[in-house]
Amino acid sequence: MLLTLYGSVARGSFRRHATYRAATFAGAFTNTAFGFILSSTYLALWHARPGLGGYSAEAAVTYIWIGQALLATVAVWGGGFQDELQARIRSGDVAVDLYRPVDLQAWWLAGDLGRAAFQLLARGAAPLLVGALAYRLRLPHAAETWAAFLLSAALAVTVSFAVRYLVSLTGFWLLDADGVRALVGITGMFLSGMLLPLALFPGALGAAARVLPWSAMVQVPCDVLLERRTGGALARALGFQLLWAVLLLGAGRAVQGAATRRVVVQGG
Amino acid sequence: MALIEVDGVSRTFTVRARAGRFRRTRREVRAVDGLDFTVEEGECVGYIGPNGAGKSTTVKMLTGILVPSAGRLRVAGVDPARERVRLAHRIGVVFGQRTTLWWDLPLRDSFELVRRVYRVPADRFRRNLDRCLEMLDLGPLLDTPVRQLSLGQRMRGDLAAALLHDPRVLYLDEPTIGLDVVSRNRVREFLREVNTGHGTTVLLTTHDLTDVERLCSRVMVIDHGRVVHDGGLAELHAVGESERTLVVDLAAPHPPVEVAGARVVRVEGPRQWLAFPASRSAAPLVAEVAARYPLVDLSVREPAIEDVIARLYSGERAGAAAGAGEGAAVRSG
Repeated sequence: MLLTLYGSVARGSFRRHATYRAATFAGAFTNTAFGFILSSTYLALWHARPGLGGYSAEAAVTYIWIGQALLATVAVWGGGFQDELQARIRSGDVAVDLYRPVDLQAWWLAGDLGRAAFQLLARGAAPLLVGALAYRLRLPHAAETWAAFLLSAALAVTVSFAVRYLVSLTGFWLLDADGVRALVGITGMFLSGMLLPLALFPGALGAAARVLPWSAMVQVPCDVLLERRTGGALARALGFQLLWAVLLLGAGRAVQGAATRRVVVQGG
Repeated sequence: MALIEVDGVSRTFTVRARAGRFRRTRREVRAVDGLDFTVEEGECVGYIGPNGAGKSTTVKMLTGILVPSAGRLRVAGVDPARERVRLAHRIGVVFGQRTTLWWDLPLRDSFELVRRVYRVPADRFRRNLDRCLEMLDLGPLLDTPVRQLSLGQRMRGDLAAALLHDPRVLYLDEPTIGLDVVSRNRVREFLREVNTGHGTTVLLTTHDLTDVERLCSRVMVIDHGRVVHDGGLAELHAVGESERTLVVDLAAPHPPVEVAGARVVRVEGPRQWLAFPASRSAAPLVAEVAARYPLVDLSVREPAIEDVIARLYSGERAGAAAGAGEGAAVRSG
């Protein structure tokens, strides 16, 4: 029964985002354009330094296009439900949400998963297809790898959701969560591996980046699809994502509880 | 047992203000101050008061999203703040200025979601939906995205969405705000049917007194966090010490007439306006004027409910003004 409720929230969110046709088309176009720009940059880099970070030039270009496919889906630098939730917190409308007998975090998570599913199809598949036509991409043949990638991408969205949910909730105390959001967004862009694979980061910075939650958003699903993580390493990679998802969702629940008490007891 | 019981409920807010560069002052503000009232099942109560009187604070406490600082509340047998989720199944809430509908999706999807949120059995949902669609004439709009609906249509959609789970109490906050006359009447008709036909208890917060006059047998006026009137609309006139007006046309322009128990408030050529307490009969006054002045024509005007309320709000009555703390400082809408 509960699953059907949140399932219908997710489906509704999917269809809702499907109504934004012009925005979706423009977004997919941008992802494709950036795919080309970054690909030529990477090719130049890997021409100078072959095998950099353990990626062949072909794998590096594939990494770019997977990254572009995940950019909107995972919403590394914020977005999705965030605009709406932040606006509701600022205006106080969030109090109205408490009238409904639903779990707020689960409600917004379901909506974000629905959005991500649509964007993976619309803004993920299309650029990846164009990239595959323009370059020789190293995409896997094994169906299991694609299945593992979908699972990894779902976990990536969940981790990203959990971070964005925490950022939005700061609005209860800061009045405006936009500053925190910008800061976390830039950090995420850098530490997720969206700009450059984390294997290329030097020493301690690289080691730290690889265990922070942002690497669960882009680096891990990219490596899964590139078959850099197989067997036990694949299980560990998914476990790593799951761990961050659980930890951050738990933190979100705790903060949500404090925020609700603040509204209910102090009057917001 | 009453459906809503409010027993000595107060709510204070702490307001922090800057005083100088580093000092900050804290001030306790009473938004609601010792409220006592009960609402029986099936009543329709108008809850009115000026901005910042404590209306929203009361409604928030009744719906469980605000904890009272003191006193006891029970709604439909439940302590609202402690069992908010359980209470949510028994109440419906409509805000004129906010929508709970899914903005980019057809109206139908929002209704379907309500069914799942409140776990309404399929047959009951069907019955309630059909009733709402027919009475609110929403059938043709089911497949229209909410963002394309007019304000009146959206309001009707919100009303339907709030009633699909058969709530025992319906809270309405300015349900007719911004609507045209036709939409207003339609919403009122629907609410009357929900209240009298279906027996749903209604608590209506509004600034539109016509809403109250058309729908409510009982009206509570709140000001500075206290109830200053609780009773029928007619009794408001007595409480508000309202005045009726006797308009007399004399044969010719004349200095202000002098009669006991009335005062001239306006003179315009041969026409004069005399104000007298609404509780007094006009007959002796008319007789006296007719006996002493060249009376040609006359009419008696009843006080408008707006004027009565305005007098209550402005604290013309000594009783209301006394004991009103700092409540007015809180502007909670």
